[in-house]
Amino acid sequence: MKFRTIKRHIVESLRSIVRNGWMTLAAVSAVAVTLLLVGSFIALLMNVNKLASDIENNVLVRVHIDLAAEEADQESLKSSLEGLDNVESVEFVSRDTELQNVIGSYGETFGLFDGDNNPLYDVFEVNTNSPESTAEVAKAAEGLDYVAEVNYGGSDAERLFEVMSTVRNVGTIIIVALIFTAVFLISNTIRITIFSRRTEIEIMKLVGATNWFIRWPFLIEGAMIGLVGALIPVSIISYVYLTGYSSMTNYLASSTYSLLEPNPFLFLLIALLLGIGIVIGSLGSALSIRKFLKI
Amino acid sequence: MIEMSNVYKKYSNGITAINGLDVRIEQGEFVYVVGPSGAGKSTFIKMIYREELPTKGTVKVGEFELENLKPKKIPYLRRHVGVVFQDFKLLPRLTVYENVAYAMQVLEKNPKQIQKRVLEVLDLVGLKHKVRMFPNELSGGEQQRIAIARAIANMPRVLIADEPTGNLDPETAWGIMELLEQINNQGTTIIMATHNSEIVNRVRHRVLAVENGRIARDQEGGEYGYEI
Repeated sequence: MKFRTIKRHIVESLRSIVRNGWMTLAAVSAVAVTLLLVGSFIALLMNVNKLASDIENNVLVRVHIDLAAEEADQESLKSSLEGLDNVESVEFVSRDTELQNVIGSYGETFGLFDGDNNPLYDVFEVNTNSPESTAEVAKAAEGLDYVAEVNYGGSDAERLFEVMSTVRNVGTIIIVALIFTAVFLISNTIRITIFSRRTEIEIMKLVGATNWFIRWPFLIEGAMIGLVGALIPVSIISYVYLTGYSSMTNYLASSTYSLLEPNPFLFLLIALLLGIGIVIGSLGSALSIRKFLKI
Repeated sequence: MIEMSNVYKKYSNGITAINGLDVRIEQGEFVYVVGPSGAGKSTFIKMIYREELPTKGTVKVGEFELENLKPKKIPYLRRHVGVVFQDFKLLPRLTVYENVAYAMQVLEKNPKQIQKRVLEVLDLVGLKHKVRMFPNELSGGEQQRIAIARAIANMPRVLIADEPTGNLDPETAWGIMELLEQINNQGTTIIMATHNSEIVNRVRHRVLAVENGRIARDQEGGEYGYEI
């Protein structure tokens, strides 16, 4: 294609974008809303996924000690725990320390449970030598005397994965419906453009312009609507993610968990959203040109 | 140049517009297509530039075999066939110059070449002095001249005129006829569908009378031959 022709196509498409201002605005908004939801959804899902696998990879098994246990019982429990296969170390955490951790994470309100009101257990934190052995160690620990409850990352991760798969399925349905709406609105916008230019198209066809020559300006128009529609959610999501990331990083600093780093995650997400925008824009436009080219 | 043999055209609504038509038109001829409304004139003409495809039979235009022509190749056929309509089909937002140039621009011609050729054809149709005007500032006859200028800008070998004088008063119609004659004298084949008996009877050319989807009469220098 000649440079002159490319320039012409772009000018033509810009002209009709301006001419159909309101329809363009409606289509751009549809794309923006759709992609805002798609983007937020992906960001959320990917991060929950990341957290779940962080949790899964955690080698820590928390053994809650029965309140009835005397100090000697605790000692013997500790040595039995240390005697289990694949156990690397066992550390004692008192219920007071546990409460301080809760207050640190969730706020001073939990200070009410201080002292005798403390509902928490003393805990042995058992480190295993690999994530794979946590389930085994946890199971063995449950069988020991004076053990009230055993928690390990794997069980929480499983629950998270279950919730996530439901969220993912429902979300996918909503997103597909939204994408259809956006494609429909874009194709309607382009149809109006085409309709107002049908004499031009007819003349182009009669003097022997190729179908691609006729199609290009409309495809560019659709792609531009998609692109502009994508820029809005891209800026919102970038801002929210960067802000959210820095505050969550502070919050999670003491743990082994972390969110996906903006580089590369956010950049990939931006590229994806812009890509989807352009694709649904051109697709919507391609759909409505088809029948007008049959002259 | 143009050859149709045993052509049938049945529309999807069941109407048979062309019913076993045979005709051969040589390069450089001037042909009138006459006949009552609904006899198949329009379909006949549309088949030449492949707006309609025959249901049966063969249509050849130059080296193009239309029944086998892939949709992708249609534009290349149409570059050899100019078309002019009763209602001109000019673009109201473009000037006279731009309307003619448009036909060349969409074929990605060189801008210098476009400028030269547009002025040349506007000179030929006698409207070089009105290049900056818009179609609605021109008379019907002038608008048809612009449409003709646009149709011949890309130097087609055939010019099809579907009722080119249908919307014009008699005097203006004569002017358009003179112009078509002039274009014909330069070697372009002209196929003109018309209801204008005066023109057909005074400016004698080959007459193809289409009735019931067939050529009912093919007469060199013939008369219009229908009551008005």
